[in-house]
Amino acid sequence: MVQYNFKKITVVPNGKDFVDIILSRTQRKTPTVVHKGYAISRLRQFYMRKVKYTQQNFHEKLSTIIDEFPRLDDIHPFYGDLLHVLYNKDHYKLALGQINTARNLISKIAKDYVKLLKYGDSLYRCKCLKVAALGRMCTVIKRIAPSLAYLEQIRQHMARLPSIDPNTRTILICGYPNVGKSSFINKITRADVDVQPYAFTTKSLFVGHTDYKYLRYQVIDTPGILDRPFEDRNIIEMCSITALAHLRAAVLFFLDISGSCGYSIAQQAALFHSIKSLFLNKPLIIVCNKTDLQSLEGISEEDKMLVMEMKAEAMKTVIGQGGEPTDDVGVLLTMSTLTEEGVIAVKNAACERLLDQRVELKMKSKKINDCLNRFHVAIPKPRDQKERPPCIPQAVLEAKAKEAAEKEKRKTERDLEDENGGAGVYSASLKKNYILANDEWKEDIMPEIMDGHNVYDFIDPDILHRLEELEQEDGLRQAEEDDDDFEIDGKELTPEEQKALAEIRKKKSLLIQQHRVKKSTAESRPIVPRKFDKDRRFTTERMGRQLSSLGLDPTLAINRARSQSRGRKRERSPDRGADDVMDMDVDTPNKKLRIRSRSRSRSKSRPPGEVVPGEGFKDSTQKIKAVKLAKKSANKRNKDARRGEADRVIPTLKPKHLFSGKRSTGKTDRR
Amino acid sequence: MRIEKCWFCSSAVYPGHGIQFVRNDAKIFRFCRSKCHKNFKMKRNPRKVKWTKAYRRLHGKDMTQDSTFEFERRRNRPERYDRNVTENTLKAIKTIDKVRSRRESKHIERRKKGKKGQQMREAVKELEQSISLVKAPAILREDPSLTLPKIMVKVSQAQESQRMEE
Repeated sequence: MVQYNFKKITVVPNGKDFVDIILSRTQRKTPTVVHKGYAISRLRQFYMRKVKYTQQNFHEKLSTIIDEFPRLDDIHPFYGDLLHVLYNKDHYKLALGQINTARNLISKIAKDYVKLLKYGDSLYRCKCLKVAALGRMCTVIKRIAPSLAYLEQIRQHMARLPSIDPNTRTILICGYPNVGKSSFINKITRADVDVQPYAFTTKSLFVGHTDYKYLRYQVIDTPGILDRPFEDRNIIEMCSITALAHLRAAVLFFLDISGSCGYSIAQQAALFHSIKSLFLNKPLIIVCNKTDLQSLEGISEEDKMLVMEMKAEAMKTVIGQGGEPTDDVGVLLTMSTLTEEGVIAVKNAACERLLDQRVELKMKSKKINDCLNRFHVAIPKPRDQKERPPCIPQAVLEAKAKEAAEKEKRKTERDLEDENGGAGVYSASLKKNYILANDEWKEDIMPEIMDGHNVYDFIDPDILHRLEELEQEDGLRQAEEDDDDFEIDGKELTPEEQKALAEIRKKKSLLIQQHRVKKSTAESRPIVPRKFDKDRRFTTERMGRQLSSLGLDPTLAINRARSQSRGRKRERSPDRGADDVMDMDVDTPNKKLRIRSRSRSRSKSRPPGEVVPGEGFKDSTQKIKAVKLAKKSANKRNKDARRGEADRVIPTLKPKHLFSGKRSTGKTDRR
Repeated sequence: MRIEKCWFCSSAVYPGHGIQFVRNDAKIFRFCRSKCHKNFKMKRNPRKVKWTKAYRRLHGKDMTQDSTFEFERRRNRPERYDRNVTENTLKAIKTIDKVRSRRESKHIERRKKGKKGQQMREAVKELEQSISLVKAPAILREDPSLTLPKIMVKVSQAQESQRMEE
């Protein structure tokens, strides 16, 4: 419930702006792109969304307006009346009612059009429906545009109303125009109300705050009231009347004794009597202002009587409060705002009276009993007149005394510093209180860095021990190294040894090579038994050579081998002539002479199809076939497509693919 | 006051020198000079940059493991000051330094000298083991020196005379 602060109401936009805002928001926040090729459900959804979104936004905004404006029945009657006085309750309610109906209308429109959209069958039709919906909603708003403007005006005015708390201590100042009410409030509070010689300078209520006995009081300055019948009063006067009527406050009725306001005391007294019904149950004080111009004693008898009458009235309120009839001190007061005499007295009197009244009321109400019941101050009644001071044991007193003395005696670091020359000259020795094995070491400066190492990283209590071990180890190492060096330097291979080593390595590599060849050709090599040894790898000559290279005498071995092989049938090809000088097994000189004696026929090469036993062919046809295949595979392909050697035809002199195109690097002037 | 190690080249960063970079995971990188800092910013791996200690250690150019390195260990708990210990430590630092530098130079010397010794030893071994490939053991027993036996080529008399006839 908005108590007395109407500043938080959101701005009410005017009709056109309202429509603009909502429509542009719809445009921005909903998807905008739609094509007629979309599925119909998608089109419908698109437009329904727009309609609904617009309706929602209107609803939201209108609801905020309706909620934020105060309901005249829910707020304090003072404010209710004040608002009524200022803005006319009926107009106000009407405006808000119109907003409400607009809201409902828009909801209805949206509902209807959404229902229609469900049956839209083309993009154009859905679009037209949406346009119609939005258009109708906007016309509704346009129709309530005057109400919106009116509400905006009200809002602005309400925000500037003074924040008066109707329930706190209040002092109300009333009287004719120009009697000095605003000057008074200026004097006692920090309010800065206009003070001008013309009437109705103050056109509305003004609030100031003042303090009395540690409590804060609101002081309300009202516009001047004229003596007129109730119905004829204008809005400004009605403000003050409302304030008088609803606020429980102390009333200060200002009287201008000098008459410089333009109205005589009689007129002011008449006013007083006409509104005295409003002073019921309020502590009333009659204040005679402008005593610097005319003192209270110097006025005429009739005026004095009038004043006494007013005082009597005021006394009634005192009695009503429960004060004594003779207590008339605080009822009629004189002051002058110009010379400031009596101003404080008036304020104090008003505050006092008000406080008393409020306290009395509180005491009489039921709530106070709850509070009173909760606490009780027990005061024991004294038994006799004996004095009983608090008892402090002697030891404690002594200790306290000693501590005080010690505090003075003990020397602090600061004292030391002061002695030795002050803050800049003396720097305290932080090492003074170190706990070390030997106190002489306290002032030692320990090196942190040495030779590019951090000393802290090396510190170890048994470092000497480790160092000894290291040195021993080092000595051993040195000896080893010397040995090694000596060893390594002396060695050199003799030329014999080098030769032997070279031979060994050559032989080893040969063996490895042979092995590798064997391994790689293992699949395609024919596996032929030793007796068909075509490459002559197993001759006795060879064996002899190998053995002799090792240094052994091979003759025995050769003879043995031959003796074992002599009886075999010699397999010779039928075409071989008898002039076989290459016959390995025959070594007798006779045979040789015999052969030599015959005439030598021409030596013949082996015919191409002859099967040599070590080759691995079954018979001569197989060999011929194999030879043919080998020759075929070695034939050059006729890639130039020449019919023969003499064919020099070039089918295309400049084939396009060789003579066109860009080159990524290089020139194309030569193709 | 500490002498830190440069993260890139592992050289000593004295107080007042170099740059410290603290990464978002709170790891601190210290650099001795802008050369190292710039190399780091280029995201170069010190183990691949030839002149850094990391490279040298990794590729065996410098000594990696040694008992002298164990003397220098970062201690997190400070020890109470003891004058004698400090004196001994200071003296020890000097000798440890000497020993370490000697060992490092020996390491480098050894590396520079090459594989001659190794090769020599291998050659000797090979000769011993595989001499039977070129010299029969029987001959070896008779003639223990390593001279290779000459190949005897048996030329028969008859052939000689034949040749002469031709």
